[in-house]
Amino acid sequence: MGLIFALGIEGSANKIGVGIVSEEGEILANVRKTYVSPPGHGFLPKETAKHHQEEIVSLVRAALDESNLDPQDITCIAYTKGPGMGAPLRTGAVAARTMSLLWSKPLIGVNHCVGHIEMGRLVTKASNPVVLYVSGGNTQVISYSQGRYRIFGETIDIAVGNCIDRFARLVGLSNDPAPGYNVEQEAKNGSKLIDLPYVVKGMDVSFSGLLSFVETEVKSGEHRVEDLCFSLQETIFAMLTEITERAMAHCGQKDVLVVGGVGCNERLQNMMEKMVKQRGGRAFCTDERFCIDNGAMIAWTGLIQYLNGDRLEFQDSTCTQRYRTDEVLVRWRLQEDRERIPN
Amino acid sequence: MEVVEVGVKHDREGFVKGDDSLLGHGAEGVVKRVKFLGRDAVVKERFSKDYRHPILDRLLTSRRLAQEVKTMARCRKLGIACPALYYVDMDSAKVYMEYLHSAKTLKDCLSEPLSSLQPICAKVGALVGNLHAGDIVHGDLTTSNLMMRTDGSLAIIDFGLSYLSSAEEDKAVDLYVLERAISNVHCEVAEKVNALILESYRQAFGSAKQVLRRLQEVRSRGRKRLMVG
Repeated sequence: MGLIFALGIEGSANKIGVGIVSEEGEILANVRKTYVSPPGHGFLPKETAKHHQEEIVSLVRAALDESNLDPQDITCIAYTKGPGMGAPLRTGAVAARTMSLLWSKPLIGVNHCVGHIEMGRLVTKASNPVVLYVSGGNTQVISYSQGRYRIFGETIDIAVGNCIDRFARLVGLSNDPAPGYNVEQEAKNGSKLIDLPYVVKGMDVSFSGLLSFVETEVKSGEHRVEDLCFSLQETIFAMLTEITERAMAHCGQKDVLVVGGVGCNERLQNMMEKMVKQRGGRAFCTDERFCIDNGAMIAWTGLIQYLNGDRLEFQDSTCTQRYRTDEVLVRWRLQEDRERIPN
Repeated sequence: MEVVEVGVKHDREGFVKGDDSLLGHGAEGVVKRVKFLGRDAVVKERFSKDYRHPILDRLLTSRRLAQEVKTMARCRKLGIACPALYYVDMDSAKVYMEYLHSAKTLKDCLSEPLSSLQPICAKVGALVGNLHAGDIVHGDLTTSNLMMRTDGSLAIIDFGLSYLSSAEEDKAVDLYVLERAISNVHCEVAEKVNALILESYRQAFGSAKQVLRRLQEVRSRGRKRLMVG
């Protein structure tokens, strides 16, 4: 018997990615294409799905080439079951089903958020951190407890990445390579802190009021774009760092793992590091290869699920736009729990 | 506020004594046990957070300190159990307050057997009901911020995020935060505990019905939110 390999497909938003991972956690391939929407526009489901459909076959080929594996060497096919945008998700699911039938391999459906967490744990070796998951569609503070990744805090309206992307469009920044990246670069030249609404409710945050406020500030023409970017980052990242710290204090945990696309932002990483240092813990961050949606995270999580007996029947291989992180029973960590606490 | 001035001198002359034993390291600051003019006291000190921009940091620290103190005073006025306020030092962002003897958090209480939880839940619901009847929104209503004393009385602490509001939405979010804090850590008893709390909340607070209706909405908003990766 050779090693177990999983091939994973991620396509829940504007990235389509294919990854191949071994049971030892080695990443043999992790290729990705991003749909960049025209300036001033966000990505829409139809166009995004079309982009994914055009790219998926060549990406699977590239991943197989890079890993030096044949389809027969792959043990299972994992794909993102949700949450995400319907049409792009379906593209990934159809590709996964096709490969499953073509090569007679079992299918595994993966929760996108759990995928981010497990990939972060694999890459950083953080065993039981509080997780800040920040992306275009999600803003959650998560901690593992009794078989589930439980959501302690989250946004009560829009996601942080969505707030940043919409802000970037307001001030006319490009979507290439990513709106958030361009905001980060502009912010480096800003220095004046504009007073923006700071909304923290317990472990929850809210960004929609802040976004409308910024909109009026942008229209007033009184501020430099650099200062607006700077103030936006300082305010929203301080909010995120604060709710993470609240969750750490509440759960009695010392380490933090930051995952999701916004997690590549160096200012956010820097704030997290300063915060945990004051508490005597460690901050674990990953770079853009793993923070941003990718196929390897789905492959890796799918592989763990496979080893824990998960199988998805062909007729059940659907996808869903709504799929909360705490709906997944994290079987593999129940096993870890048992190993940690002897009877 | 003449007490404040006297307090400053006392502080400098060493009237605040104690072994500075650390009671907790919360998100906003540290809480230590001290002697204040001979009484057992707790001092809550808000540190400057070096991850925050200095202007934002000063603003948040002073705003929350003021809010905490205001709400504590309002609670006492309304007869809601919370630590008595002894002394405030705005310059060093320290609040001295009553030490709640042999009290433990609701979080620890909830690990007790279900049968003993009923009176606890009734008290939690009543206290939160009274709070909301007085238009106080706590803003961080978790199980770490409710303290049960050995005599069976319940007190509420940590008002840094509190504010005054009569809006149903704000009160409903308060309840939602508490509900989730319970469900996250005490999954097995959560349903029962939450139901018991809301029942006594309803009895303690006249306008509870409207708030609970709003709570339904807040819950479904949380659960049904579209989550795009």
